[in-house]
Amino acid sequence: MAELTMVEAINLALRQEMEQDEKVVILGEDVGWDGGIFRVTEGLVEQFGEDRVIDTPLAESGILGFSIGMAIHGMKPVPEMQFSGFSYLGFHQIESHASRLRWRSQGRFTVPMTVRMPYGGGVRALEHHSESREVFYAHMPGLKFVVPSGPRNARALLVAAIRDPDPVVFFEPKKSYRAFREEVPDEDEPAEIGPASIVRPGDGLTMVAWGSMLPATLEAAERIAEEEGAEPEVIDVTTLAPLDYGTVAGSVKKTGRCVVVQEAPLTYGPAGEIAARLQEEAFLRLKAPVARVAGPDVHMPYFAREKSYLPGAERIIQASRAALHY
Amino acid sequence: MPLTETGPDSKIEYLSILNEDGELDKELAPQFTDDLLLKGYRTMLLARRFDERRLKLQRSGRIGTFAPVNGQEAAQVGTISALREDDWFVPSYRETAANFWRGTNPADMLVFDAGYNEGIVIPEGARNLPNSVPVGTQMLQAAGIAYAARLEGTGEVAMTYFGDGATSQGDFHEALNFASVFDCPVVFVCQNNQYAISVPRARQTRSQTLAQKALAYGMDGIQVDGNDIFACFAAADDAVRRARETFRPTLIECVTYRLEMHTTADDPSRYRDEEEVEKWEKRDPIERFGSLLRERGLLDDGSLEDMEAKIAETIDAAWDEAEKRIEKAEGVSAIFDHILEQETHEQVRQKQQMSDGLGGVSGYG
Repeated sequence: MAELTMVEAINLALRQEMEQDEKVVILGEDVGWDGGIFRVTEGLVEQFGEDRVIDTPLAESGILGFSIGMAIHGMKPVPEMQFSGFSYLGFHQIESHASRLRWRSQGRFTVPMTVRMPYGGGVRALEHHSESREVFYAHMPGLKFVVPSGPRNARALLVAAIRDPDPVVFFEPKKSYRAFREEVPDEDEPAEIGPASIVRPGDGLTMVAWGSMLPATLEAAERIAEEEGAEPEVIDVTTLAPLDYGTVAGSVKKTGRCVVVQEAPLTYGPAGEIAARLQEEAFLRLKAPVARVAGPDVHMPYFAREKSYLPGAERIIQASRAALHY
Repeated sequence: MPLTETGPDSKIEYLSILNEDGELDKELAPQFTDDLLLKGYRTMLLARRFDERRLKLQRSGRIGTFAPVNGQEAAQVGTISALREDDWFVPSYRETAANFWRGTNPADMLVFDAGYNEGIVIPEGARNLPNSVPVGTQMLQAAGIAYAARLEGTGEVAMTYFGDGATSQGDFHEALNFASVFDCPVVFVCQNNQYAISVPRARQTRSQTLAQKALAYGMDGIQVDGNDIFACFAAADDAVRRARETFRPTLIECVTYRLEMHTTADDPSRYRDEEEVEKWEKRDPIERFGSLLRERGLLDDGSLEDMEAKIAETIDAAWDEAEKRIEKAEGVSAIFDHILEQETHEQVRQKQQMSDGLGGVSGYG
């Protein structure tokens, strides 16, 4: 078992899947000899050759539409969007074709592709390199949408995504790419797309987060436990579509209080969906309104002010206190 | 510094084999059996008559909006017939004649036209993709399919269809670029029918031809008389052979004309004049092909009458079958079918709510 960063863990998942299934191919801008601009695909073109690790022309729609074609023919493409902020140039290929082909063809053709894309702020990057717009993909029927939070679940979930018979969008929190290491087993770990994980058990308050927001949420949970004497239960929503309402609702029925944390702008974000569902399923158990901690409804600021945009532990603690003392 | 000349080392050819007067260029004419010629003619006529019936069904509210193929039958049957059965057909939304050639059942198409997904029945084993409605997006998929076919060494070719409007889309350019860069055995068939809904070809591009766009991507391009089934076949056959032997893609521009509306939702009299339509009616691909078949003794008034009668029977039977299937298409649970391989918990819950009469209501379940 090795201690890996998320970048190394994703690289391991790609390498192992390519070794064991020759139908798995990687394609994107700079994924070959440059090893990807985050080095996620480093060393793969040397091992698997240019037919399976494909440096493509600079064209997001091209990469995705071409991948859909390969998938229709029975391959398992893993296209990379260099940043989620550039994926909109190929958004229509995901919406109009990848998510619909099984349905449109009454099950005859399927699109088992996994679209990887780094998302989110916190690395002082340029405009279009830092945003978090998960709702675009989570809102789309016919698509699965996975957001790992650390090296270990990134590896396990990516393997599950590549093996999944349906198209998966795989959001990688770039702030967490190299922020910490985790032990990642050498052998395959079974993972399932869908179920949320309770990563910190507790009974005083439910905290829900995913991707890049998990570390700050865990930090806030520790402080709340110390300062408020209430043990928060922290849920890592590793899949936004399909969303595991059951685990979240089950926890809130126990705690009666909930804080949902998202990096995306507040309005229409997944936190709103989770809050709406909680008031349906746990209305009589709620002791306080469901609190949402989110980015404001603005474009991700240029990097000098990105910290003021990004939800951090302080804001999560503030919301948690409000929920506890309501 | 002196000016030097540079430019493409190939040029765009225009191919015509059977002219407007029904005269055949014997040197260029591909050789076919009589049966194959008649099958091609029958397919074109079936598509034409099928559209006429569909227009009546649409006007009487029995089916929804559709895109008539009228005028483009030669461009479709000529090109698609160059494929083998194991090749891939990647259409847009007007490829009725090509679909019939590839085995699509008219009854299925009518169930689809009536608004039911269940009408998308791809013939067993056929590599036919379903209609693609967003303009031009499907060309990239054809390139990707062809890439996979080359990588897997299957020897298959993909052929994809689109109109003149699609050549303005970014995806058209990305598809040609990817196909050429990656040696994809794909044939791009542009049916230049002169209008993108109401906007004429001259408003799509100032390029002299659409075929010449191939040169920018380092591939072969050819312009053909799209109302001449032999020219369409010859160009496609050549392109398919090149794709199979060298993996190189080709762009074929079939110069043709849509004699009807774009879809049943628009009125072509608002954007084009009758004179122009009449000029193109004289180039009708079915008339032209028919006169050659008459000259060869393969068709006469009597046999044409028989063929028309059989086609009418086929269409009657297709509508009878479609109506029965539409009547039986009860309930709405089918809307949950084939979204993902396995239904999500949420879809199961929502389906149950809808069947309980609580569709769209969440919160009191």
